Amino acid sequence: MTLAAAIGLTLGNLDLDLELDVDGTAVVAVVGPNGAGKTTLLRALAGLLRIDRGRVAINGTVVEDPAARVRLPPEGRDVGIVFQEHRLFGHLSALENVAFGLRASGTPKAEARAKAMEWLEQVGLPDVARLRATQLSGGQAQRVALARALATEPAVLLLDEPLAAVDAAARAELRHLLRSELRRCPGARLIVTHDPVEAAALADRLVVLEDGQITQEGPLVEVTARPRSQWVASMVGLNLLCGVAENFRVQLPNGAVITVADECKGETFAAIRPNAVSLQRHRPDGSPRNVWPGEAGDLHVAGDRARIRVDGPVPLIAEVTPAAVAELHLAEGGPIWAAVKATDIETYPC
Amino acid sequence: MRTRLFRLAVPAVAAALLVSACGSSTKSSSSTTTGAPSTTASTAGAMTGTLSVFAAASLTSAFNNAKTTLTAAHPGLNLTYNFAGSNTLATQIQQSAPADVFASADTKNMQTLVSAGLVETPVTFARNKLQIAVAAGNPKKITGLADLAKPGVTVVLEAQGVPAGDYTRQVLAGKKITVTPKSLETDVKSALAKVTSGEADATVVYATDVAAGGSKIQGVTVPDADQPQITYPIAVVKATRNHAAAQAFVDSAVSGDVQKALIAAGFAPPQ
Amino acid sequence: MRNRFPAGLAPAVLAVGALAIVVLPLIGLIQRAPWSTLGRDLRAHDASTALRLSVVTSLGALAVSVLFGVPLAWVLARRVFPGRALVRALVTLPMVLPPVVGGIALLYAFGRDGFAGRILYDLTGWRFVFNTSGAILAETFVAMPFLIVTAESAFRSMDRRAEEAAATLGARPAYRFRRVTLPAVAPALAAGGALTWARALGEFGATITFAGNFSGTTQTTPLLVYLDIESGNEATALALSLVLLGVSLVVLVGLRDRWIGKV
Repeated sequence: MTLAAAIGLTLGNLDLDLELDVDGTAVVAVVGPNGAGKTTLLRALAGLLRIDRGRVAINGTVVEDPAARVRLPPEGRDVGIVFQEHRLFGHLSALENVAFGLRASGTPKAEARAKAMEWLEQVGLPDVARLRATQLSGGQAQRVALARALATEPAVLLLDEPLAAVDAAARAELRHLLRSELRRCPGARLIVTHDPVEAAALADRLVVLEDGQITQEGPLVEVTARPRSQWVASMVGLNLLCGVAENFRVQLPNGAVITVADECKGETFAAIRPNAVSLQRHRPDGSPRNVWPGEAGDLHVAGDRARIRVDGPVPLIAEVTPAAVAELHLAEGGPIWAAVKATDIETYPC
Repeated sequence: MRTRLFRLAVPAVAAALLVSACGSSTKSSSSTTTGAPSTTASTAGAMTGTLSVFAAASLTSAFNNAKTTLTAAHPGLNLTYNFAGSNTLATQIQQSAPADVFASADTKNMQTLVSAGLVETPVTFARNKLQIAVAAGNPKKITGLADLAKPGVTVVLEAQGVPAGDYTRQVLAGKKITVTPKSLETDVKSALAKVTSGEADATVVYATDVAAGGSKIQGVTVPDADQPQITYPIAVVKATRNHAAAQAFVDSAVSGDVQKALIAAGFAPPQ
Repeated sequence: MRNRFPAGLAPAVLAVGALAIVVLPLIGLIQRAPWSTLGRDLRAHDASTALRLSVVTSLGALAVSVLFGVPLAWVLARRVFPGRALVRALVTLPMVLPPVVGGIALLYAFGRDGFAGRILYDLTGWRFVFNTSGAILAETFVAMPFLIVTAESAFRSMDRRAEEAAATLGARPAYRFRRVTLPAVAPALAAGGALTWARALGEFGATITFAGNFSGTTQTTPLLVYLDIESGNEATALALSLVLLGVSLVVLVGLRDRWIGKV
C-alpha cells in the first residue's frame, strides 16, 4: 500500500508545495504550526480539494493529475479519513455508521453489519452498537469513527488531529487504541497533529510542514533530537541556535559566541536542552566555557519543573527546580547569568 | 405632558373629521328623497347623485351603453354597476350589500328578495332568448340542442342557480336531451370565455350575449317553440339611499333611455 | 409606574388590533357554523365528493411538487450557474402572483390551444382543462414554490461535513443523497411539505379559471364553498369552511416552529 504525492495548490494565503511518499512500513505524522497547510494537505489527498499542479498516486494508480486531466472524486479513491470532529451520521446507529462504507460499496446488509460488529468490538465498544450516534460521548464517537474508517480497509488511512476534540480524560485511552490499530493497519498511514505527545506515541516518521513547505522530515527520533526549525525545536522543547562555526566555536549573527565540544565548520545548528542550562545571579566561575548574561523573563511552573525564558545575546529557555526559582527569586525577573557546558551542546550542520 | 396630549388629540380630531365627512354625503342624498312613485317625466330630473345598480351579467353590454347616454343627459349622476350571476347578486343584497336597484335575469332570484321583503314591487323590463354559442366558424358543426349531446363535443353550462344555466337545463330536460357539461361556470361571461379560448366547443347563453360576444363567437338558433319564458324583472331595493334616482332608473329600463339600449343589444321589450 | 404605563400601552393596543383582524373573522365563522347539522351537511353528496376530490388533488399536487421541486431546490442550493438568481425569482413568482392570473397563464400554456397544451393534445389527446389533472396542475403551480423555498433553505444550511465523510467512505453521489442528505433535511422537508399541501388544499382562483368546475372532477372544496355561498346555500358552505379551517389550524399549530424558526 503506497501513497506517492506531489502537490502544488494555492488556497487563500496558503501556497502548498511538497512531495510526500508514504508506504505501509511507517506511520507518518505531519506536524507544524497552525495555518501550515496540514489539513489542506489531507483534504487534497482525500480528493476533497483540487490540486493545481502535481500528481497523486495510490498503489501505483494515478488518482489526480491536473496536467493529464485525471481526477478521481473522493468516493473513487481508496482513502479513509478519521476527522477531528467525528462526523458520524446522526440519524444512524453506531453499528450502521461503521457499516456505512461497506454498504456503500455494495456489501449486503447482513454481511456489512456483521463485519461492523467485529470492528466495534475491535475498538472496544460492542455495547453501543444500537445507540444513535448523537447519544455517544466524544471519546466513544471518535472510536466509532475510527472503526468506520477502518472497516473499509482503505489503502491509505488519514487522520486529522483525531484526539484534539476529545476531552483529556478520554484522550489517553483513545491514544492507546490508536496506537494498536495503527500498528495493525496494513495501509499507508498519515496522521496530522500539533501535539508532540501524540506524534511521539503514534508515529515512526515525522514530516514538518511550515507555511506550505516541508522543512524537515525523517525518523521520529532523529527529527526530535536534531530539529532544523524553531517550530520543531519548541515542539520538542529544545533550544535551537544557528550560526557560523569555525573549529569549536559557533558565532551567532549578533556576535555572541558559543563554545562547543565537536569540531564543526560552516552553517551549524546548536541544540541545547533546557535542563542543561544553569542559572546564577552572579557570574559563575568554573569549567563552563559558555557563560552569558541575560534578563530573566516569563516563568512557567509545572509540577516539579520550572521553565524560564532568558533574554539576551543568547536567548534560551532554562529548566530549573522550583526550589531554585525560590532561591534565586526568579519570579521577580532581573539580570541573570546562564551557563551551559560545551559537552551539553549538540551540533549538526544546517 | 403637553406633547402627549397633543399626540392623542391629532388622531381624535382626524377621526371626527372623517366621520362627519361620511355623514355629510348621506345628508346630501337624503335631501332629494321623495316617498311617492313618480312618472318618467317628473323623475328624469331626479337622476342625480350616487346610484348603484346590481345587474345580471347578461345585461353588461346593454347597461354599459345605457350609462353613456344617461350620464350625458344627467351630469349630476354617479352611476356604478355590479355585474354578476343573478344568484350571486341576490345573495349579496341579502347580506346588505349597498344596492339601489336590482335587475335580475330571472324571476326566481327576484322572488327570493321579494319574499325577504328587501325590494319593492318588481316590474318586467326585458325579455331574452336562449342561443347556443360556438366558436366562429362552427368547427364542430353544431346545428341544434341535440348536437350538444354528441360525443366529442365539449360543452360547458352555467352553475345551478345561475338563470341561464337553469333555463338551459329546463329546456334540455323538456326535450329529453342528456348533456354532460365538462364544467359549470359561475356566470355567462365565464362560460363564453371557455368557448372563445377554445377550451369548450359550445355553451348555451342568451341571444344578447352572443350578439355582444364579438367576432370569436357565433350563434346557433334555438327554435322559438323550445324557448322558455325568459323575463327580466327589475326592482328598487328598499334600503336604497337614493330612492328618486333608483325609481327613475327602473322607469328608464321599462320605457326610456335604458330600454332603448336594451333593444339595441338584442333584448325583446317587456310587452 | 406612571412613566412606564403610557409607553407600554400603545404597542399592546396595536398588538390586540392585529389579533382582532385575524381572530374576529374566524370567530364569525365558528359562531355561524351549523354545528348541529355538521355531519349531515358534510355527508351530502356534493360536499363529500368535493372533500374527497380535494384530498386527491392536494396530495397529487404535493407529490408532483416533491418529485420536481426537491431536485430543483437541490440544484439551486448546490450548483452555481448563470441566471441562478433569475431562476430563483421565477420559482417564487407564483407565491405572489394573484391565483386567477396564474389560472389564466396556465390556460395560455396548457389549455387545448395553449402553446404546450396543443402539442400534448395533438400527440396524445390529453387535456388538462376540465380534468382532475388540471386541478392538480393548478394547485401545484401555486403550492410548489413553498416546497422549493423550504427545501433550498434546508439544503443550504445543512452540515456538509457529513456528506464529505460519506464520500470518503466510498459513497457515490446518489447514495450520499439518499442516505445522508435526505435524512438530514427530512424534518425541514416535512414542514415544507405540510405547508405546500395546505396551500394546495386551499387553492381556488387558479383552479376555477384553469381546470373548471364540475363535481367529482374539478370541483374541489374551496370551489364548492364559493358556489354555495353565492347561491345562498350557507349551511354546506360553512360546514366545509370549518373543515378547511380545522385542517389549516392543525398544520400551522403542529409545524409553525419549523418554518418560522425555533422559539
